Amino acid sequence: MDYVQITPKQRDEMLRAVGATGIDDLLRPLFGNEPRQAPRPLNLPPSLDEMSLRAHVSAIAGKNSTGREKSCFLGGGAYDHFIPAVVDALANKAEFLTAYSPYQPEASQGALQAFFEWQTMLCRLTGMEVASVSLYDGAHAVSEAAILALNATGKHEIIVSEGVHPHYRAVLKARLADMPGVRYTEIPLKDGVIDTMEMEGELDEDTAAVICQSPNFLGEVERVETIAKFARANESLMVQVFNPLSLGLLKHPGEMDVDVAVGEGQSLGIPLSYGGPYLGLLAAKAKYVRKVPGHIVGQTVDAAGNRAFCLTLQAREQHVRRERANSNVSTNEGLLALRAAIYLAALGPAGLREVAQTCHNKAAYLVKQLAARGIRRRHPTRPFFNEVLVKLTEPVHAALARASDAGILAGYAVGEHYPEFADCLMIAVTERRTKKEIDALVEVLAAGAPAGAAS
Amino acid sequence: MTSHPEHLIFEISTPGARAVDTPPCDVPYSEIDPSIASFVETELPEVGQLDLVRHYTRLTNRLFCVDTNFYPLGSCTMKYNPKVSERLARHSGWEWLHPLQSDNDCQGSLALLFSLRTMLQEMAGLPEVSLHPAAGAHGQWAVLRMVMAYLQDRGQPHRRTVLVADNAHGTNPASATSAGATVVTVRSTPDGLLDLDHLKQCLGEHDVAALMIAQPNCAGKFDPNFRKIVDAVHDAGAMVYLDGANLNAMLGLARAGDLGVDAMHFGTHLSLGTPHGCGGPGAGPIAVCDALAPYLPVPQVVERGGRYAWDYDRPKSIGRIHGFFGQFTVLVRAYTYLRSLGPDGLRHVSETAVLCANYLAQRIRDVYPLPYGPPPGQPMATDPCAHGFVALPKHLHDAGVSTMDVAKALIDRGYHPPTVHWPLPDSLTIEPTETESKHTLDAFADALLSIADQSAKDPAVLKEAPHNAPVRRVDEIAAARNPVLVWKPSTP
Repeated sequence: MDYVQITPKQRDEMLRAVGATGIDDLLRPLFGNEPRQAPRPLNLPPSLDEMSLRAHVSAIAGKNSTGREKSCFLGGGAYDHFIPAVVDALANKAEFLTAYSPYQPEASQGALQAFFEWQTMLCRLTGMEVASVSLYDGAHAVSEAAILALNATGKHEIIVSEGVHPHYRAVLKARLADMPGVRYTEIPLKDGVIDTMEMEGELDEDTAAVICQSPNFLGEVERVETIAKFARANESLMVQVFNPLSLGLLKHPGEMDVDVAVGEGQSLGIPLSYGGPYLGLLAAKAKYVRKVPGHIVGQTVDAAGNRAFCLTLQAREQHVRRERANSNVSTNEGLLALRAAIYLAALGPAGLREVAQTCHNKAAYLVKQLAARGIRRRHPTRPFFNEVLVKLTEPVHAALARASDAGILAGYAVGEHYPEFADCLMIAVTERRTKKEIDALVEVLAAGAPAGAAS
Repeated sequence: MTSHPEHLIFEISTPGARAVDTPPCDVPYSEIDPSIASFVETELPEVGQLDLVRHYTRLTNRLFCVDTNFYPLGSCTMKYNPKVSERLARHSGWEWLHPLQSDNDCQGSLALLFSLRTMLQEMAGLPEVSLHPAAGAHGQWAVLRMVMAYLQDRGQPHRRTVLVADNAHGTNPASATSAGATVVTVRSTPDGLLDLDHLKQCLGEHDVAALMIAQPNCAGKFDPNFRKIVDAVHDAGAMVYLDGANLNAMLGLARAGDLGVDAMHFGTHLSLGTPHGCGGPGAGPIAVCDALAPYLPVPQVVERGGRYAWDYDRPKSIGRIHGFFGQFTVLVRAYTYLRSLGPDGLRHVSETAVLCANYLAQRIRDVYPLPYGPPPGQPMATDPCAHGFVALPKHLHDAGVSTMDVAKALIDRGYHPPTVHWPLPDSLTIEPTETESKHTLDAFADALLSIADQSAKDPAVLKEAPHNAPVRRVDEIAAARNPVLVWKPSTP
């Protein structure tokens, strides 16, 4: 099925209308105005009819072993949250799905208004003053924030906490590589959070920004206000990588004098989807608006004086500014921004708080139950959200294997990125995990702890 | 579309209203550390479920989309988005798959990605593909970074200029700057083709890393000198990057690698039919030659003895470019589309896309002259367009009707406007794609012709268009002059 609606008879009519004897007449310049050679057959599998296609692709999907079949305690930047049916019902509507980017405002008011509402929600969530519609994902948002800081300050160094998601740091490093004069400095962790003394030592007059994640990759909550004070004193931008759902409970970036708040919106109603497409979030203080990348929707009026919306401040963007644009981003994650807006509107402030609190309650319950069996958090006194880092007395891979056999995805072995925590397992607990599932996880992990361990 | 004024969701909020319940908590309450807690509740909308549903559903009635309207946007390839792709992309087998699960758990997803990688390599005629880029612009930046890294390794770090055609999509120069290059623009000839002499001059005057070019180009022309262009660039020691924006005219007919291209990207939300989603998510897989392959982003999906895995052992890689593995469920849609087409379908798609564009051009060109078309009186086949064509409504301008007026008048007639003001000031760039019926093509041509009639009889109506849309013409200048970017209760 190729979805062509032109019939062979119409094809002949149309060829005649354009003065062609065959389609090759229209393709001459592609072949350098030489006679077209017999096309080399493409070595591709033959087309499948719909019934066969559905069977084929379902069979492929069936080879995955998902969190549907297993209890998912994996986090690390992607979380198994509950998505109400109304979110799917609205976000999957064909009108949202098959619309183009809203460059022609009179034909796009529905999308523009939804994005304007989303920008408002994102600003309220983060305590920031301006936001763009979307970036590719959390990693992209972090990279764009770094570029924003370099452009806004004219300075050349980006300081990044090791608590920022390892993949985001890798993407940022790739983005800054080979930029003349730009320095990328990582600050190690101390007791699971950014080593502020090291950071202080690295801050200098050429530091454009400090980028810190809170809750950080390990689930530990950082002292963002303190870090922001250091950045402010040094005339550097404070960039926080935030977790949007955590803001149902935790102080938001605006309360902590953050300049640019970036994050991953996957936990706002977006399915796990094997890592993508996800949703990059970027919000900032008003003074940085002209440096913000991506689409921004503004409110205005139409010729009759009625309220209307349109993309605005487009001089920042590639289609106007070309090589002098803030960013090359064009197609972004519009539909997922819509989905996140619908999710937040569905939850409302009370729902958001409830979900965040439930995630915290369940994570705290896990911590308590594990502690009773001798398995403790690596940093027992530090506040956490959604994810906990626990120290195991057996090799982490052995625990993971045993859990997998019991139908549990027990968590993430952070040793791959944090050698000092090679004996630790990072466990995410969302509102979807029942007490029964948590108890089962505890049993599985306890089976690997020495009996009667008290330390 | 409906034109009743629409309340913002904040304006229909009622304190205490709830749309959904939340999963119950079956464990004890645990207080969050007060030093990190917020005591300020986020001011999100409070609506019941019916009002939530009505609000967003009513917004869908104030929106054009492919499922309701024809979108002849040049270089956007707004073709039909197959429903079977939606169904398969939402399979629980990937909706619930966590990206950090072991490769063992993900053999289905990995198999699909590997198959897609293989198919795109074959279609590109290039040895290796990465599926990570989240959009075409992302792919462009990644390839340019790879080219720079490659040149650095070859002891040519001074090559930091990227040549861009003057009619290239804005992402091209923006990506080049993002990759640390200096952009130099190569002129087009009056025929809408790349000026070979100017190209050679630029190649001589600058240390060029790469030329970014589309085939067909954004003037809607297959450049018959493509081979000469490629040779000139290679002779100067630089590489050729093909912007895949207009691939819809070339799929199944010619392969970038066979044309001498060193690297390219596919826009899945363009020629591979994945939906546009009001501005994404799309995907921009890249295909590269052997020389560039070692620099591809990590990780790469590989197959070893019938098992699939992510390979991180790529010491020359430019690194990671996405948080996880790219836009996976978008790639599922690209895969299902390609499996639905097969090789014959690909060819049929491109041939029909070119035919539809030429047919539409033929129908309107007497009234909407084509700056890059055949002389008046000669049929389109004597100097055909490719996936789309550029029209300059000069006669209407003489009547005081601007190109933007034509665009807005099309909205009144139920058509999304074509691309306006690019690649030429005041131009309309029209790309119908292959999925439209002849009815639609003819009706659109008739609409354009009726607008031209109206410009002679009653231009004022056109100048004030649209009249039938949810809003009248929007004051974009005021929006930029006094930016209002969030809603406040005091906002009128």
